[in-house]
Amino acid sequence: MITAALRATRWIRWYLREYSGAGAYERHVARYRAEHPGSPAPSRRDYERERARHRDHHPASRCC
Amino acid sequence: MPAHRINHRTRKPLAVAGWVLVALGGAIAWAVLALARGERVSAVWLLAAALGSYAIAYRFYARFIITRVLRPDDRRATPAERLADGVDYEPTDRRVLFGHHFAAIAGAGPLVGPVLAAQMGYLPGTIWIVAGVIFAGAVQDLVVMFLSMRRDGASLGRMVRDEIGLVGGGAALIAVFAIMIILLAVLALIVVNALATSPWGTFSIAATIPIALFMGLYLRFLRPGRVVEASTIGVVLLLAAVAGGDWVEHSSLASVFTLTPRTLVLCLAGYGLLASILPVWLLLAPRDYLSTFVKVGAISLMAIGVFVSAPQLKAQAVTAFARSGHGPVWAGSLFPFLFITIACGALSGFHALVSSGTTPKLIEKESQVKLIGYGGMLTESFVAVMALLAASILDPGLYYAMNAPAGLLGDTVQSASQAVSHLGFSITPEQLRAAAAAVGEKSLIARTGGAPTLAVGMAQVLNVFGGSALRAFWYHFAIMFEALFILTTVDAGTRVGRFMLQDLLGTAWKPLGRVNWRPGIWLCSALTVAAWGYFLYVGATDPLGGVNQLFPLFGIANQLLAAIALALATTVLVKSGRLRWAWVTGVPLAWDVAVTFTASWQKIFSGDPTVGFFAQRERYAHALASGKILAPAASSGAMHTIVVNSTVDGILMAVFLTLVAVVVGSAAWTCMRALRSPEPLPLAESPFVESRLGVDRAEHLEPVGGAAGRAG
Repeated sequence: MITAALRATRWIRWYLREYSGAGAYERHVARYRAEHPGSPAPSRRDYERERARHRDHHPASRCC
Repeated sequence: MPAHRINHRTRKPLAVAGWVLVALGGAIAWAVLALARGERVSAVWLLAAALGSYAIAYRFYARFIITRVLRPDDRRATPAERLADGVDYEPTDRRVLFGHHFAAIAGAGPLVGPVLAAQMGYLPGTIWIVAGVIFAGAVQDLVVMFLSMRRDGASLGRMVRDEIGLVGGGAALIAVFAIMIILLAVLALIVVNALATSPWGTFSIAATIPIALFMGLYLRFLRPGRVVEASTIGVVLLLAAVAGGDWVEHSSLASVFTLTPRTLVLCLAGYGLLASILPVWLLLAPRDYLSTFVKVGAISLMAIGVFVSAPQLKAQAVTAFARSGHGPVWAGSLFPFLFITIACGALSGFHALVSSGTTPKLIEKESQVKLIGYGGMLTESFVAVMALLAASILDPGLYYAMNAPAGLLGDTVQSASQAVSHLGFSITPEQLRAAAAAVGEKSLIARTGGAPTLAVGMAQVLNVFGGSALRAFWYHFAIMFEALFILTTVDAGTRVGRFMLQDLLGTAWKPLGRVNWRPGIWLCSALTVAAWGYFLYVGATDPLGGVNQLFPLFGIANQLLAAIALALATTVLVKSGRLRWAWVTGVPLAWDVAVTFTASWQKIFSGDPTVGFFAQRERYAHALASGKILAPAASSGAMHTIVVNSTVDGILMAVFLTLVAVVVGSAAWTCMRALRSPEPLPLAESPFVESRLGVDRAEHLEPVGGAAGRAG
């Protein structure tokens, strides 16, 4: 019972993190480190700004 | 489904018994709904019928489309994998992507259409929502998503150009823009009708703007990327705003937030313009997060509420209006108008814009389109069923007092009560007053557009949480969340429209196409807002009732877009040598064309002035010329407005119809060419690249295709 509740909580946390894009930053850093060894990975702030700038020019439709 | 298609794993007796039970349960629920006459039916049967049908459809029909028709290949790298850039293209977990896709397709549409369709009773609407989604809507979403995924996430317009041809592509592009304008206008109109002279509702919606700005600044400067955190704060503030609306309504501030429809139109247009010009991070993105979390919360709450409270359906299964076609909420016969009144939730062409472009660029493995495309649409359909349910548990007298046009009902509870009894239902003036007081509103008369009706129904369902003390809170919570979705669609749509227009006008004059040139941005934003703002203003001031006039246009526009998407899907199936399976999208296409073309035809040519725009124009123009004033118009100015509006609406209808006819015609031509050609016509599909995404990702996927995929 308790383990099930724990597992559910963990799943929800994971889901929210992934859903909100928190996981995307970590993956980006991992990829960046692999592709550009030596240079510092972008900070969370810079990464989010870059994403926001991108969203400015690539609007996504929302349906009715 | 023939037995040989069921694979051995699921042929286990337990699984077979399980599916037989699901099928039986669904069938019994349908039987109860269809056969119950005279006695009250519990709404739980409605949900059981829908859920049982969805389960069967997902397990059997969706799988059939996947394994036989589309044949995705999980060894093939998806665009998300091949083109991964961490921004547009990024392999995303299927469950997460399902959430994103669902949030993008489901808005106020599935909540509003079914409420209006309740005029014909709960049965026709439910049957169409469930059958429509299984055989048309979810199929469209699935196939378009698959095709776009095979084309690096190309947009609908581009796929039509590449696969059908230049003429069809050009017509599709213009049609998409024009259809979007009408969609935005009608959605905004629903907000206007829900907020007019309601200080509580207006205050809570107005509060979403400062809340979103705060979230935007928080995510930009304080805690970048902490979306869950910021959204939690936002949702708490929002609930406080909804609760605080009660206080505002009874304070001296009430007059500030008591706005006429005209003022609200101006506010919405200003908001749309602002959202299109401001950077996304400041207003649009945080509102989107807020809207998504509220959406998921409100829909789950409602589902739980319905199961816990198990309300009785008070509407008739099939009303007299279904037979006569002269209902007060909207005019027209069951065929074709029921099928355009409920668009979102059954078949929504607008989804083709989300299913192409955004979502396909994020899919990890090809076979996941089944869950995301088909499953996502089934979920939206379930939302539509709940909305129909919320409208059907209301007393019919109240339903008509809220949804008939103001011109018919008059201004007072007495006149409304009388008008309702003329329609063959009953509600006393006292009951009307009490119903409004129970939800903290001054009046519920002629609150058309579906949102207030849904909110009253939802408040009744959510009564299980907090009893009647919280009823007014839940009503305004429901109004708030509907308006929130709609404004999210309106601001995102205005921005998308601005980019489309910049693209379009940029071909004529280069600088306009530049996404960084401020005058170009402002001009195209202003043009987009002016376009939907015009129709919104027309709707808000139409003496015949804006919803009554424009909602059919909205439904037809949405379904015409579906015709374009299904025509594309069918053409590609034919071109890729799958003529044998072309009926999978061909039959829904034929149905959709029959519905939309009949509806458009009647809207243009019908001699009945309540249905045909030009007959209506004729009637009022004639009366105006001979100096008469026809109800519900009260002055010659109002008469003139009706003449102008019905002319514009009629012309617009004709333009839509022509554009879509061009697209469908060129699709048919391309299919003919493909069938006659000795060599297969070229497809715009991207070439095969072997996937390198690890087995750990493929492992949780359902096996697809041949026996190899089923081993293990």
